[in-house]
Amino acid sequence: MLQTFAILLVFQSVGEVISYALHLPVPGPVLGMILLFGWLVFDDRLLPIIQGTTSELLKHLSLLFVPAGVGIMVHASRIEGEWFPILVALVVSTWLAIATTAVVTRMLMRKATSAADNSGEQA
Amino acid sequence: MMTPRLNEIWVYLAASPLVGLTATLLAYVFAFRIYERSRFSPLANPVMIAVALLVTVLTVTGTPYKTYFDGAQFVHFLLGPATVALAVPLYLQLPKLRTHVLPLLIGLVAGSLVAVVSAVGIAWLLGASRETVLSLAPKSVTIPIAMGVAEKIGGLPSLTAVLVMATGIIGAVSATSLLNLLRIRDYTVRGFATGVAAHGIGTARAFQVNQEAGAFAALGMGLNGVLTAIMVPVLAAWMPH
Repeated sequence: MLQTFAILLVFQSVGEVISYALHLPVPGPVLGMILLFGWLVFDDRLLPIIQGTTSELLKHLSLLFVPAGVGIMVHASRIEGEWFPILVALVVSTWLAIATTAVVTRMLMRKATSAADNSGEQA
Repeated sequence: MMTPRLNEIWVYLAASPLVGLTATLLAYVFAFRIYERSRFSPLANPVMIAVALLVTVLTVTGTPYKTYFDGAQFVHFLLGPATVALAVPLYLQLPKLRTHVLPLLIGLVAGSLVAVVSAVGIAWLLGASRETVLSLAPKSVTIPIAMGVAEKIGGLPSLTAVLVMATGIIGAVSATSLLNLLRIRDYTVRGFATGVAAHGIGTARAFQVNQEAGAFAALGMGLNGVLTAIMVPVLAAWMPH
């Protein structure tokens, strides 16, 4: 477990350094995730070492959002005045985003699959 | 006086990070029990229940958020390594990822654009202030990216953080029914759409449903973070003043 945390924190730190040094809008942990993914593609000997602890950590991912979520109380008064446009915009746009992503992705996947099937038949 | 009074004990405890940390874990354990009891109904989202509980307790006891966060920051800190850890489930889906790269990327661009344009458009039509409209633009992506983007385009980063949390909860609560309604059965697509629209909170929900959905939610969250960081400042430059 400690070894996994050390590895994750090293990747996060490298991500932070790159983000800061190159003035990237992408935060360190996200860069760290991309770097670790790249590393695993290149060399997956790391996988059995970190797999157990990472899956345990991700099981409780929801917990980690709670402290930031409680921050909602700080902005209660600001949201009060504009709650209606904010609520409608958040709900409708979240639904539209889920639906659009899902429908477009599925449609293109089906197209790709049927194209592959057709070329298979011709071959 | 030999025995300190109850309120003295409280004053002593409240000054240490112990209370904020303990309260966060207790609220979450309780919220998760309810979630389990409901057989993981998305309506009983544990983040939503734990946040509601803690806000109630802090308001009733008159505890400022900053005092609470002094303790809760130890939990908050783990978001960093947990984000890095998302690379593992994603790597495990590598073969599937390779087959579907193009559909996923096009779906991402479509969903990401719709998320930004519809949020900004609806809030603007309903008469929200310019600051609020701009703070809404990056609401579908993970908090650190969203706050950075909001700052860049003239929104309020701290308001954006709240809107991001609300978006995540709305997505986590409604994704299951919405995707059922659209008859989307493939866990790759279900997870990916949830991650694109509802970042980490949506991803956490996806992992509770299915490992593959979780992995693709993580992918959607990461990709939309990068895309939004690049796209929203460009779109905002076109917005009429």
